[in-house]
Amino acid sequence: MNRYPLWKYIIVAVALVLGFVYTLPNFFGESPAVQVSSAKVTIKVDARAQTRVEEALKAAGIAYEGIQLDANGVKTRFKDTDTQLKAKDVLEKTFNPDASDPQYVIALNLLAASPQWLTSLHALPMYLGLDLRGGVHFLLQVDMKGALTKKLDSTSADLRTLMRDKNLRHGGVNREGDRIVVKFRDVETRDKARNLIGDNQPDLQLNDQGDAGEPKLVATLKPEAQKKLGEFALKQNITTLHNRINELGVAEPVIQQQGQDRIVVQLPGVQDTAKAKDILGRTATLEIRMVDDTPGALEAALAGNPPYGTEVYNERGGQPLLVKKQVVLTGDRLTDAQPGFDHQTNEPAVHLTLDSAGARIFKDVTRENINKRMAILLIEKGKGEVVTAPVIRSEIGGGRVQISGRMSTMEANDTALLLRAGSLAAPMDIIEERTIGPSLGAENIQKGFHSTMWGFAAIAAFMVLYYQMFGVVSVLALASNLLFLIAMLSMLQATLTLPGIAAIALTLGMAIDANVLINERIREELRNGMPPQAAISEGYERAFGTILDSNITTLIAGLALLIFGSGPIRGFAVVHCLGILTSIFSSVVVSRGLVNLIYGRRKKLAKVAIGQLWKPGIAAANGK
Amino acid sequence: MEFFRIHKDIPFMRHALKFNIISLLTFILAVVFLFTKGLHLSVEFTGGTLIETHYEQSADLEKIRGALSKAGFNDYAVQNFGSSQDVMIRLPLKDNQNTTQLGELVMKSLEAEAPGAQLRRVEFVGPQVGKELAENGAMALLLVVIGIVIYLAFRFEWRFSVSAIIANLHDVVIILGFFAFFQWEFSLSVLAAVLAVLGYSVNESVVVFDRVRETFKKVRGLNTPQVLDHAITSTISRTIITHGSTQLMVLSMLIFGGETLHYFAMALTIGICFGIYSSVLVASPLVMWLGVSREQFITKTKVIEGANEEGAVV
Repeated sequence: MNRYPLWKYIIVAVALVLGFVYTLPNFFGESPAVQVSSAKVTIKVDARAQTRVEEALKAAGIAYEGIQLDANGVKTRFKDTDTQLKAKDVLEKTFNPDASDPQYVIALNLLAASPQWLTSLHALPMYLGLDLRGGVHFLLQVDMKGALTKKLDSTSADLRTLMRDKNLRHGGVNREGDRIVVKFRDVETRDKARNLIGDNQPDLQLNDQGDAGEPKLVATLKPEAQKKLGEFALKQNITTLHNRINELGVAEPVIQQQGQDRIVVQLPGVQDTAKAKDILGRTATLEIRMVDDTPGALEAALAGNPPYGTEVYNERGGQPLLVKKQVVLTGDRLTDAQPGFDHQTNEPAVHLTLDSAGARIFKDVTRENINKRMAILLIEKGKGEVVTAPVIRSEIGGGRVQISGRMSTMEANDTALLLRAGSLAAPMDIIEERTIGPSLGAENIQKGFHSTMWGFAAIAAFMVLYYQMFGVVSVLALASNLLFLIAMLSMLQATLTLPGIAAIALTLGMAIDANVLINERIREELRNGMPPQAAISEGYERAFGTILDSNITTLIAGLALLIFGSGPIRGFAVVHCLGILTSIFSSVVVSRGLVNLIYGRRKKLAKVAIGQLWKPGIAAANGK
Repeated sequence: MEFFRIHKDIPFMRHALKFNIISLLTFILAVVFLFTKGLHLSVEFTGGTLIETHYEQSADLEKIRGALSKAGFNDYAVQNFGSSQDVMIRLPLKDNQNTTQLGELVMKSLEAEAPGAQLRRVEFVGPQVGKELAENGAMALLLVVIGIVIYLAFRFEWRFSVSAIIANLHDVVIILGFFAFFQWEFSLSVLAAVLAVLGYSVNESVVVFDRVRETFKKVRGLNTPQVLDHAITSTISRTIITHGSTQLMVLSMLIFGGETLHYFAMALTIGICFGIYSSVLVASPLVMWLGVSREQFITKTKVIEGANEEGAVV
């Protein structure tokens, strides 16, 4: 009765092997590495970049241990930190010849030193949280009200233009809180205006107010439009943050949405919070200016003698371009930029949407400058770059601008992104900040590790003393539980924090309960005079219901923590829940398998080593 | 080795009233402390700035306080954190203050008056975050309570689920009472510990209740208190050993875990100690007074019982 069918042993064996393989990477530690990634959206790091890295290192005579290309860029591993620093200098010079205008991010990083075959199995070490590796954590609150106000202000301007174009006389368009109030002289004009606005601005909810003497039209943004606006603002802010953080040279930044209106930014390894904050808060601007194509002017400017009122900028791709200093339009007038296709030529294009004031200016400027070139510049860190400089073919009205010509789909996507990402869609505030020094992180790992190790040792010693062979089985089951738990955490790449380590320790402390239940039950059955084989079987069977019940109640608590917890609590809850699941398997299936292997084959089993048994009445008859 | 050699069932239920009065008194005391002293909430809940610094030698707290006063801070708290070299500075939240620069400002003023400080950790929490955390904590607690009540009612009987949750909620209040009395810092990780311990000590009641159900079904001729006594006595060995093992782990955290895990482990320790007591000696009498009896199990499980008797032939 205490035999497993072969398939059960196979399941246990497979689980153990998988657990072992996925736990393995955690033992290799990390080796110093240099990561080359793109600093600009338009530059992609690909296999060519990898060859460049290899050649640069070979030329400098620097030996490397491994090189790999992934979504984050090219990562090269080195023997020690000295080589790593040397390599960083070499790569910095190769990839960013102009230090004032970096095209690539060259960052120091730590990579798992596990062998290639493990990495190819996606067996990676556990992902350590900031409190264990050191770094900065920011929680940013996006000011959705600010985004809404901005939108309503520009909508007010649009309404004014719209009514003026149709010769509808109004008594003032004003934003009052989160609504726009339009006053009229008579009801008739109001009704006309309502129809007009309703047709042109589908996002607005219009309501009549006021009496016949002073009729008013109140416009509010429809809830779904508000939601869309919020989502858009958040997405754009995240994109902007990504671009900015690239400049910090952080190896693995985390930028994620949290809830409806929050963004989490985690920068492992960064200690300089002041600089990080500066970069997060900075704004980039878009400018549209005219190009000076007067023959000879560019040559004069390059010779150091630019004509009055112009300056030289580099076009993307490196061509110098002479641009007038006068700004036609700034990015504030841009409401959206989307990649798409020219509907006539079917060429890739970028569609820009300008607000009403911007549209009017654009219309005037394009009318006056047909067949001339205009430059779209992105100004960041006080330095500008010409994104594109198209030729104006005709007057462009309506605020919809299309940039096309000699562009691939990819470039259209990137340009749209760049234009959108230039500035923040809505203001943001830092509402939570955490900085953890690297030494503190290392210390935390040490402390967590020691707690778990000594706790485990104490429990193991006690179990073996108290339950003898069954104690050994319980300890082995507990060890397999630890193995499964770490393997799961490594596989899922869940973030391990100090509370997470505490949860590992606590889960182990609680998981032993199942084995105690089983062992006590077996003892009890033996005490009642059951033969050993039957007692083992009965003990496992009876204890299982209890184990399930008690683990489910613990799991309920764990799930509640997972749902409502944030930050450190979440780290705790993830490990706790996983631990409960692995512990059911290891304490019931694995330990039973071991017991079956040890005792199951013996037909006449007179006695099992489960510690001294004492029966009431026949004191000390059993035992030694 | 065997710790427990119990000849007869221990008459726990005879002293049921005493256990409950003791527990009621501790509970009232805890509530009193909670109301008079209140919890010493961490920055996570209250909002504010927390700065942890490290000195090569023992830190001079007076000098640090002087430096902060000089820099124009008031209402700050400076204390040692774990060792005499580590210092923790807490600054409250202020409305019109550029909180983002606070950390650097503090470090600069320390550099002038008490040099050698090494920044280890800065935590800034805005007011809305703190409020949310407190709300989420309360929601989590509520969800745990409801979840456990429903599960136990479904798996056992409503009497069991009500008694278990009363017994274990009173543990939670007692843990909080300890934190209020000693003014230990109540942080997010302590909250996690409290909720984990709630789930864990409900286990305890589950194990006893399981045995109660089994005894009601199998052994005839015992009245309800005797059944409860028997159930508790036959599980007491497992109860003590399990909790002892868990406590070994928690003790290891108390010793090696350092300051960050200290109160986490402390909350667990109190929770485990009171958990044994309450889930066994408080929950069981409650079940009895709520009127649990054999009939509630027999009528429902007639079919299963028949199968049991058949199985017993082996």
